[in-house]
Parts: sequence; structure tokens; C-alpha cells
Amino acid sequence: MKKTIGLILIFLLPALIVYLLFFEPEYKPTKLELLKQSLQQKKKSAVDHSKFAELNKKFEHPQDVTKTCISCHNKRDIEVMATSHWRWLVDEYMEGRGIISLGKRNTINNHCISISGSEGSCNRCHIGYGYNSKNFDFTKSENIDCLSCHDNSGLYEKEKESAGYPKSNLDFTKIAQSVGRPKMDNCGYCHFNGGGGNNSKHGDLEEALYTANRNVDVHLARDGGSFDCVDCHTAENHNIKGRLYTVASMNRNRLLCEDCHTATPHNEGIINEHTTKVACQTCHIPIYAKVNQTKTFWDWSKAGKLQNGKPYVVHNEQGNDIYLSEKGEIRWESNLIPEYVWFKGTATHYLFGDSIKQVPVKLNEFNANYYAMNSKIYPVKVMRTIQPYDPVYIRLVSPKLWDKEEGKGAFWKDFDWAKAIDTGMKYINLEWSGKYGFVETEMYWLLNHMVSPKEQSLKCVDCHTRNNSRLKAINDVYLPGRDRSLWIDNTGIALILLVVFGVVVHGGTRIIYQRKKKNHEGDK
Amino acid sequence: MKKVYIYRGFERFWHWTQAFLVFFLGFTGFEVHGSFSFFGFEQAVKLHIIAAYSLIVLIVFAIFWHFATGEWKQYIPTLENINKQIRYYITGIFQNAPHPVRKTALSKLNPLQRLVYLGLKIVLFPLMITTGILYLFYRFPQDETGIKITINNLSTIAYWHTIGAFLLVAFVIAHLYLITTGQTLTSNLKAMITGYEELEEEKEEVNNENTK
Repeated sequence: MKKTIGLILIFLLPALIVYLLFFEPEYKPTKLELLKQSLQQKKKSAVDHSKFAELNKKFEHPQDVTKTCISCHNKRDIEVMATSHWRWLVDEYMEGRGIISLGKRNTINNHCISISGSEGSCNRCHIGYGYNSKNFDFTKSENIDCLSCHDNSGLYEKEKESAGYPKSNLDFTKIAQSVGRPKMDNCGYCHFNGGGGNNSKHGDLEEALYTANRNVDVHLARDGGSFDCVDCHTAENHNIKGRLYTVASMNRNRLLCEDCHTATPHNEGIINEHTTKVACQTCHIPIYAKVNQTKTFWDWSKAGKLQNGKPYVVHNEQGNDIYLSEKGEIRWESNLIPEYVWFKGTATHYLFGDSIKQVPVKLNEFNANYYAMNSKIYPVKVMRTIQPYDPVYIRLVSPKLWDKEEGKGAFWKDFDWAKAIDTGMKYINLEWSGKYGFVETEMYWLLNHMVSPKEQSLKCVDCHTRNNSRLKAINDVYLPGRDRSLWIDNTGIALILLVVFGVVVHGGTRIIYQRKKKNHEGDK
Repeated sequence: MKKVYIYRGFERFWHWTQAFLVFFLGFTGFEVHGSFSFFGFEQAVKLHIIAAYSLIVLIVFAIFWHFATGEWKQYIPTLENINKQIRYYITGIFQNAPHPVRKTALSKLNPLQRLVYLGLKIVLFPLMITTGILYLFYRFPQDETGIKITINNLSTIAYWHTIGAFLLVAFVIAHLYLITTGQTLTSNLKAMITGYEELEEEKEEVNNENTK
């Protein structure tokens, strides 16, 4: 028996040594490496628009460019006119409300409140020409602004306060000949500047991304993924992937990290397990507004103060407006730690006419918790605002803010809340009591951009810690390291103390008796 | 008195490895619990899991050994002499009275030890291993199609695991003290290290019986 074992060992051991010395394990690229390889090929346009005779002419009006586009790309206009970028509405099922058409056209937010009555200014960011009132004709395809998204010359720019029309001195021929796949600045022109200034709204989308390094955003960084927005936000029939749950309601057409990275991208199983209930963003966006400041608080009730009868502005060191007569007091912050909430892919929204049931008024709610199917913990920026409401009907109001002229009721021209609210409410056909007050509101912005390099992602102990856990607001789940049953802990400690006490008493008694005995023997 | 080979090699290996693992699991476990910080949470979790798997492997071997050698019979509980044993710990031990139950290679455990160790083997260890495995493999019932354990929250699992941990700490403290209650202060410890212990010979027992 021993002989056989010995023989086997003699043959096996050298074989093992040879194997270990000469056979290297086959190299298997990681999921991330495969992903990086697949992204090395950048898409190139197959056509050169500057060679087309149709575009080699002088365009009088921007609409002439659009008509020329449609003359070749026929029916694309119909696609565009079905999108939310054009309609400023999406028809969606909202829990407890049924099918609702909601979008920038009719929603309320806690930045500039609503576009109603101020379309001429706000709609600079509409992908159309001339959307200056609620009576805009959404069926006229020549008013589609193809260039705002497809200009690749970098020369195209929309005019201020002109309802989406471009500046008049532009070289439309050159711009039209440059068209192609949207670049970051096509999207960023509006999406980085929403809410009236760079990074004002999102906190994770801003102009610094044009030149950012990997520490700011691994995907968009020139020394990182070098992505364009549309590399991830792909489109089918002009319907672009990705939702924004300040207006979206349903769990559809979402763009997820998992689409590229899979649901289990980590080498360690225990980290992969977290993805059941923790969104990628939670650990990988540990901080936002990394370069420029974003608005976090806005007090409209302070608006309207004048100096020598004229409106005035106060800037902070970074050049952001912290007081404007038009807008009131605004707080800007950078390098922010997100707040964390449950999110299951759906949201409900405060709609005009809803009565206020809770303060702060939640303008969008995710209605999720640990137990909800598909719910995960997500990082959010919470925008907090004090904005006008009607204390008699107990609902938020829509003041008219902008107009080109004084005397039309616009708050930014006349600085009269009562008049502005009266005009605004008549415009949206909602009754108003004639009284106004100010109420606190909240809005939740999911953070998806400014993903940090993996070395900077959250560590276990950022959440799994007794005090100051990042997830202190998530209290419907047992988190090891953070949570415990005080009752069990105290009883357990009491039990241990009791045993120690018993040992000390019993041992002490033994020692005392031993000494007595020795003394006794000594006496003898 | 006679030197008797009482703890065999595997038994000693099993005992000391288990002792180390239980101590280590307790240490890393209470760090994961948030009681203190030493390795750091992440490292503590990893070490705790490695130690847990090691303990499970060890226990599988120990179970096999107990049945293969018949040593499992050592843990059959008995109420015989249990009062004597309790009285010994309360009074007799102070007056240097002899141990009421004679220790032999065939019966190493006194009735109290039998009860406590059996409790460890069939209640506390299974509790810790079951809750530990659930702790590791528990999933929120997210997927309708897969195997579904309808435990909605980790808290119940974690609470029972914590209760078990406190009981084990209490046991270890009492156990460490009771080591000193052998024939001499260190005879039990020496026996578990070397395997040999000086035990009373058969003859003396006969004498004891007569004196009764």
C-alpha cells in the first residue's frame, strides 16, 4: 500500500512541478477590457454633406434648411415630431393617476417653476422655431430645428428670447453642410445649461465635461472613454434612450449602466451581490458637482427687492448669482455628497391643480422602498426651493415670469407677484384665490453622470458603519455594521458580565479557601 | 495515579483548530457587527467568511471522526450524578473534595460537560452555521423564477447570529475558567496539549465504592 502511494508521489510530484513551471494559465480579458476594445472603433459618417448640391446654396430662413433636410430624409420629420424633444410631452401611465401627458409643456418644477407664459424665453431650448406660446402648431414640420442637434461645425447658436430661432447672422450653408451625428456640444448646449446657467439643474451635467479628465467623468473624459453623449444615449427613429425622472413616470426606454457593464461586472462575488439592491451609481458616483457649482436651494420669496428702483444682482466668488431681484436668493454648492433614495424605475409627479398634502411639497416622488420589486438605492441631488402657492386653494401656482415688455404681468419686468400669478394662472386656466404665500418644495434628480474612476468609488465602510453611514436615510433594511438590536446587544453584554462575575467570585473563593488551608497546614 | 492517553491526535488537532477559529470568528464577527474596528470592515468580512468555511470543513471531518471512532457516545446525556457534579462546583471544589465523577478514556466528560457540549453540537453550532449560511446566501426574492426563500429582511438572520455569538463568548469565558478545575490547575490544559492525563486507577474506584 505504502509502496503504491510512494510510486504515485514519485511520478505525480515532478509532473506537477513541470506543469507549474511551463504552463501559464490562459489569459482571459476582463469584461471591462472587452468593453474597452469594443469602444475603440469610433463611428464615422458614411456621407459628406458638403458634396450635396441641395445644400450648396444660400438659405434665407432656418426653415429653408429644414425643408431641404426633409426633401432627402423624408418622413424623418414625422419621427422627430413624435419625440419628447419636440412635443415637450410624453404620454405615460402614472401610478394612481392613469395615463397622463406630462412634459416641460405643462409640468411644474422648483427652478423657474413653469414655462407657461414665458415660452418665448424658455423655449430657446426647444428643437423648433417659434414656440412662443401655448398655441404653437406642433404639426408644422418646417419648424423643426434639425441643426441644433446635427450641426457639427460648432457655429450654430440659438438667439436669446426668440422662441428657438437661431441668431440671424449665421452662415446656414456652412452649418448645413457640416451636419452629422450629434456631438457633446449639441446636447450640452441645452442639457448643461438648463435652469438658466451652467450646471444649474443637474449637478452632474455641465460644461466642464467638454474638457474633463478621468477624475471628473471616466466616460466623457478625453483621457478616459472619450465618449460622445450619443455613444450611450443611442436613438431609434429619433427617440433617444434614457429618461429623466423629474418628468418621466414609467420604467421604459431607460439607459442603464448594466446595458454595457452587465449586472455582475466585479471580480468579487460579494460586490456583485450588492447589485440586487444597490444601483451602480450609488458607489461609483461618490461625489457630484465636482468642478462647477450647482443650485441646491432657491428662495423665491426674497425676489423683488430693488436698489434705487432698479433690479440688481449679487455674485459669489465663482461668478454665480446668489441674489437676483428677478429670482430671489439662490445657494450654489460644489463637491456635493449625494442623498440616497429607493427607486424602482417609476415616479409620480405633482400636477397643476393638485392640493398640497405634505410640506415640503414633493414635486416628484419615487414611491419605492426596500420591499418593492426591482427597487434599488440610487444617489440623488435634492433641489429645495421656497416658491409661491395659493394658501386658500392650497396648491402651487404658476406665475408669468418673462415677457419682452413691461406691463404684461411678467414678474421679471414688473416685480409684482399678485399680477404675475394672476396672469400666469389665467394662462393655464386654473382658478386662483387672489392670495399668495410661499411654501417649501423638493425635487429629486437622479445622478447618472460624473462616474468616478474605480479607485474613488465608495468603500464598504462608507455605508457599513455605526455612525455617519452614507445610507443613514435608508432605514427599512438591516445593514451589517450599521444596524443592531440594542436589546440583543445589551442582553448579550449583560450575560458576558454575569459569566465574568461568576468566574471572579468562584475563582476568588477557591483562592481564599486555598490560602486558608495553607495557613492551616502552616499552623500545624 | 496512572498516565492515560485520553485525547488522540485528531481530537487535539480538531479542538485547537476549532478553538482558534471560534476565537477568530468572534473577533472578526464583532468587528462586522460594528462593535470595534481593527482589520477594517471589508477585511473583517473577508476573513470572517474564510474562517467560517474553514470551520465548516473542520466540523465535517470532526463529525466523520466522531462516528468512525464511536466517540460520539461520549456526548450521550445522562442525569446520573448531575446533582453531585453541581454540588461539587458549588461547595466541594473549595474544600478540595475529589471529583464526583471519575474521568476515564471511555468516559471523559462529566454529566454537566456532556450536556453543555451536546448543546453546543446540536443547538449553538447548527444555529451559527445555519444563520451564517443564510447570511451569506440570502437573497431578496427578486426573481420570480428562481428558488425563492421568502425571507424578506436580513434582520431576523442577523439577530439570531448575534444571539448565538454572545452565547459562544459566554461559553468560551466559562470554558477557559473551568479548565483550571481539573486534578491540578493545569492538568486539563496539559491533557489537551499532550493527550496524556494522570487519572485515578481502577482500583481506587473500587475503594470509593466500598466507602459508600
